[in-house]
Amino acid sequence: MSLLSLRAQLRDGSLTPAALIDDLAGKIAATDGDVGAYLSYDLAAARAEAANADLSLPLGGIPIAIKDNINVLGQPCTCGSRFLSENYASPYDATVIRKLRAAGAIPFGRLNMDEFAMGSATENSALQTTRNPRDLTRIPGGSSGGSAASVAAGSALAALGSDTGGSIRQPASHCGVVGLKPSYGRVSRYGLVAFASSLDQIGPLTHTVEDAALVLQAIAGHDPLDSTSLDLPVPDYTAELNDGVKGLKLGLPKEYFGDGIDPAVRAKVMAAVEKLAAQGAEIVEISLPHTEYAVATYYVIAPAEASSNLSRFDGIRYGHRAANPGDLMELYRRSREEGFGPEVKRRIILGTYVLSSGYYDAYYTKAQKVRTLIRRDFEQAFEKVDAILSPVAPAPARKLGEFSDDPLHEYLSDIFTIAANLAGNCAISVPAGTVTSDNGSELPVGLQILGPHFGEAKLLRIARAAES
Amino acid sequence: MSHAHLDVRYVANLARLELSDAEVTVFQNQLDAILGYVETLSKLDVAGIEPTSYPAPVFDRMREDEPRESLPLEAVLQNAPEQAQNQIRVPKVIADA
Repeated sequence: MSLLSLRAQLRDGSLTPAALIDDLAGKIAATDGDVGAYLSYDLAAARAEAANADLSLPLGGIPIAIKDNINVLGQPCTCGSRFLSENYASPYDATVIRKLRAAGAIPFGRLNMDEFAMGSATENSALQTTRNPRDLTRIPGGSSGGSAASVAAGSALAALGSDTGGSIRQPASHCGVVGLKPSYGRVSRYGLVAFASSLDQIGPLTHTVEDAALVLQAIAGHDPLDSTSLDLPVPDYTAELNDGVKGLKLGLPKEYFGDGIDPAVRAKVMAAVEKLAAQGAEIVEISLPHTEYAVATYYVIAPAEASSNLSRFDGIRYGHRAANPGDLMELYRRSREEGFGPEVKRRIILGTYVLSSGYYDAYYTKAQKVRTLIRRDFEQAFEKVDAILSPVAPAPARKLGEFSDDPLHEYLSDIFTIAANLAGNCAISVPAGTVTSDNGSELPVGLQILGPHFGEAKLLRIARAAES
Repeated sequence: MSHAHLDVRYVANLARLELSDAEVTVFQNQLDAILGYVETLSKLDVAGIEPTSYPAPVFDRMREDEPRESLPLEAVLQNAPEQAQNQIRVPKVIADA
């Protein structure tokens, strides 16, 4: 059910916030044994908040589930890691949580994720397996796999995720829900556990594009506690939602439709493109010439920033501490060895290497320069078109466990989503139908729509047209 | 940028990360493959191109440097693995005289 119709029911009294919380708890109990989206939820805290809900507010009384890397006062924040799963409780609310509360929403439930958001299957969670509700033998995508799976399973009305290289859009695509990565600087990152600070953005995963607009409305805006959040006005994201795509120019980047994409996925994406054309959009071929360098650029910059950000997990102030260390150095080394899983270790080592003396310019500075070229590709494209259409992932959700020993193969599947993080654009995944898998299940495929920096209003309008 | 051999054990030490022998072997192969792939960047001439650190058109807007409330001591200490006398406890860092 859409957030607007829930809001109407809450306001006319046919539904109470307490009943809504209890209904969701029932859905979690019914579905989550199979799906495994939730790491924890605090029913008593949510009921207490429901009792005081201000239903006049835009999201008054509406529970929203939260990826487990966003701090909510008094609740766990494991980041899918053993490092933080033992005894951590958030001492403060992230800015997005403060804003959700100000809009009347109730943060309810902590959602599974790849450890520290590193991965695209949620299989790197050290704590729990999450399964795709559309086919329980398959991954939900990641890293916001719990967020996408909870919405798809109906055990969340809407969820927050974070997107560093596709971690909102790809699981949304795999689970058949809407996932929006806002432009870099649109949403405050204060209280989001940092993975790669120049790439991370928080965004909504929802049933509908309209719901995504409502949640973005609540969380967007400048925050003095995040100097990279931009001080630009927040437009009304629902105002032009139903204005259609007539007269808009939409670009198809030829580099995104080449080899390496599953023909069935390509067919679904092209059908979605034709649907937009039938509504009056003009489709033009464009080029993003540096696409082939995006994955290599990303896997220098993201691990570099991660290795620096994750140095705070040292066993001193919070999280895991190794038992009986001989000295301080051993405390650091063993706490990190015991607390981090293999993907996190790999990226810390890779990131430390590309930042180390003698390699910094050859890898890190070089990647930052290529990042400029990728950014310019988009700037030039958006001079010609209103938005860009592409697949989200080259293939539908794979089986659980299929590529666990081949990280490079997994990294290459990020090809269509990471450029938006490198360039800072906004981008959204909208369901574009399903393809039949070899085991007979119907697997969702997402259409990605990319917009220019701070172009969320038009992006959502195009997404709304693609969805209808 | 032909990459010199990434010595996993050496770099892990820079990152204060203990690794088992088995981890070193697995990571060595995987990281060599990833760095081999990253070599594709060497095909590009980036002379004269400015590096991008942040993708926003404007950034680093500083707030006024005014005192504001910070977390109370008990909130800071609640997550510390070991504490004593309102401080976080760590192994001894000063050698005996």
